[in-house]
Amino acid sequence: MTAILRAVIHRDLLLAWRRRSDVATTVLFFVIVASLFPLGVGAEPNLLRAIAPGVIWVAALLACMLSLTRMFESDYADGALDPMLISAAPLGAIVTARVFAHWVVSGLPLVVLSPVLAIQFDLDPSLLGVLALSLLLGTPVLSLVGAIGAALTLGLRGGGVLLALLVLPLYVPVLIIGAGALDAAASGLGALPHFLLLAAMLVLAGAFAPWAIAASLRISAE
Amino acid sequence: MLEARELAATRGDTTLFSALGFSLAPGALLRVTGANGSGKTSLLRALCGLLLPSAGEVRWNGENIRALREEYWKHVAYVGHADALKGDLTAMENLAIACALAGLEVSPSRASAAIESLGLAGRDHLPARALSQGQRRRTALARLAVSEALPLWILDEPFAALDAQAVDRVQKLVGGHLARGGMVVLTTHQEARIPAPTVTDMNLDRK
Repeated sequence: MTAILRAVIHRDLLLAWRRRSDVATTVLFFVIVASLFPLGVGAEPNLLRAIAPGVIWVAALLACMLSLTRMFESDYADGALDPMLISAAPLGAIVTARVFAHWVVSGLPLVVLSPVLAIQFDLDPSLLGVLALSLLLGTPVLSLVGAIGAALTLGLRGGGVLLALLVLPLYVPVLIIGAGALDAAASGLGALPHFLLLAAMLVLAGAFAPWAIAASLRISAE
Repeated sequence: MLEARELAATRGDTTLFSALGFSLAPGALLRVTGANGSGKTSLLRALCGLLLPSAGEVRWNGENIRALREEYWKHVAYVGHADALKGDLTAMENLAIACALAGLEVSPSRASAAIESLGLAGRDHLPARALSQGQRRRTALARLAVSEALPLWILDEPFAALDAQAVDRVQKLVGGHLARGGMVVLTTHQEARIPAPTVTDMNLDRK
């Protein structure tokens, strides 16, 4: 089974590499959305410092949303989803591998870039690590939960907008805890409880989302 | 042994087929014919477990495939109506992922021999989107050349878009599989000449 999962991850990463422009779109979207705020609200340092965590987290949320529509859509259209549904490995394991590949391609770059973006908000250097760590724990949850929505809206007309309406409300807890980690760290309370909560969300999503994604894919493919 | 009992499928309000039953023993070929829209693809998807039939069940060695799941799927080679190829991957890479998902371990030299045997020599490193319709079909069918370990082959229109030489090659692959004691279910519009000890014809046209 590990050989099958390795092949699936290899396939998705290879496809992402061949379609580098799609990956670049997501990352550039994240950078541009986060950069528009300082231009819009003005260069008042205290204000920028205060809105930085929320703005960067919301931009990450939207960028993740943007990449989700591609997750199963093309495989559904060209029939490449069928061999996965009747694979020798359980579908739950295959979708976990696919979510992991999706996160490596569209979540991990956001984690890496976030400290750079935070600098333009003049975020305290001691908080850059907290921001990156909160995104490192939070973005896999976004991929896992978002994949359920992507599987449910597969093949629907206007699926992209429906996907956003379906998934964004589910992202709210991750957003509150993730952005809250920075406020807690800035006020001196320490971000550990927030990290533990994010980790708990990740464990919970990791345990149940693959099952829900698999069930949704089977329904959509019929 | 593959069995279908009282199988029925509907699309919208139309019943595609109902009370359909057959059993397929090792070495047997089931040829499904019928007009466009008569439910051939739905029947094959139901036999794969991709489509939930509205009534009846499919059994593999006496057990419902819904309960067997992966235990059934690791015995099945399915080449669907769509080629299931990724346009950005080469023929070799497409074959590798198809084999991996079916649980087959295929060495690169065997994979490249399979691609060559379907007449795609020299094109195995082109992305699939650069191939013609017939060449894409050949690429999808190349996995049959390495699927002799899977007893049940389910093929949806395997001869569509193929030239005479490729049709001949695929017929030989199917014939060889049946001679080994494999089972094949296929749909076709063409009069296929496949030597098999038992050939069952099933026509889905409503009388």
